[in-house]
Amino acid sequence: MLHTVNKSPFEKNSLASCLRLAKTGSVILLTEDAVYAAISGSEFSLKLEDVSTKFSIYVLEPDLKARGLGNKPLATGIQKTDYDGFVDLVCEQPVTQTWF
Amino acid sequence: MNDPYEEEGAPGGVVKKFMYINRRAPYGTIYALEGLEVALVGAAFEQDVSMVFIDDGVFQLKKEQDTIETGMKNFSPTYRALEMYDVEKLYVEKESLEARGLSEDDLLVPVQVLEATALAELIDTQDVVLNF
Repeated sequence: MLHTVNKSPFEKNSLASCLRLAKTGSVILLTEDAVYAAISGSEFSLKLEDVSTKFSIYVLEPDLKARGLGNKPLATGIQKTDYDGFVDLVCEQPVTQTWF
Repeated sequence: MNDPYEEEGAPGGVVKKFMYINRRAPYGTIYALEGLEVALVGAAFEQDVSMVFIDDGVFQLKKEQDTIETGMKNFSPTYRALEMYDVEKLYVEKESLEARGLSEDDLLVPVQVLEATALAELIDTQDVVLNF
C-alpha cells in the first residue's frame, strides 16, 4: 500500500500515525509540509531513519525545493522522487491512502 | 478623553509596539503569507513592528526557496524587503531552529536568535501581539 503524508510532523500527528499503523513493506511518500520531516538532524529524521528498512520512504523533490531544502542533507535511507515518480508509485500500488 | 486610537498612523500619532508571531510553514497553508501582509500593514501605519518566528514559522525564512515546479508563488524575497519598510526587528527562537535541523546560516535575512526565556520577556513588553 502507498501512504502519502502531506502535513508537517511538527504541527500534526499525521506522520506519526502513519508510521505507527503502516504495515511493514509499505511505501510512504512525503509531500508538501511533510517533507520537513526528512531534514537531516531534525527530530523526525531520526524517527524516519529508524524505520527506513521497514518501509520504502520517498520524498517529493519539487516540494523540497519550494521549501528551500533542495540542497539540504536528508535523513539516510530516504529517496527523492518527482511528479512522474509519484504517478509510478500510485500505479505500482493497488491501494493509496492519504494521511492529512 | 484622549482616544489613543484616534490618531493612530497619522504623523505624530500614537505608535504602539506591534508583534507578529509567525508559527506556520510557508506553503501548506495561507497563514504565513497573510501574516507577512498584515505585518507590512502595521509598518505602513508607522507602528513599532517586531516579527517573531517560532515552531514551523522558522521555515518561512529558509533560504533558497524555489517554487517553480510546484506552480506556487515564492513570496520569500518579501522578507528581504522588510528592511525597506523599517521592519528590522526579526527574532527567531533557538529551540525551534534546532528541533528542525536548521541553523542561523539557513536563513535568508539577518535575525536575532533568542532562547525561549528571552523571547518570553520580549513578548511581554508588547502593546499588541498577533499570532499567525
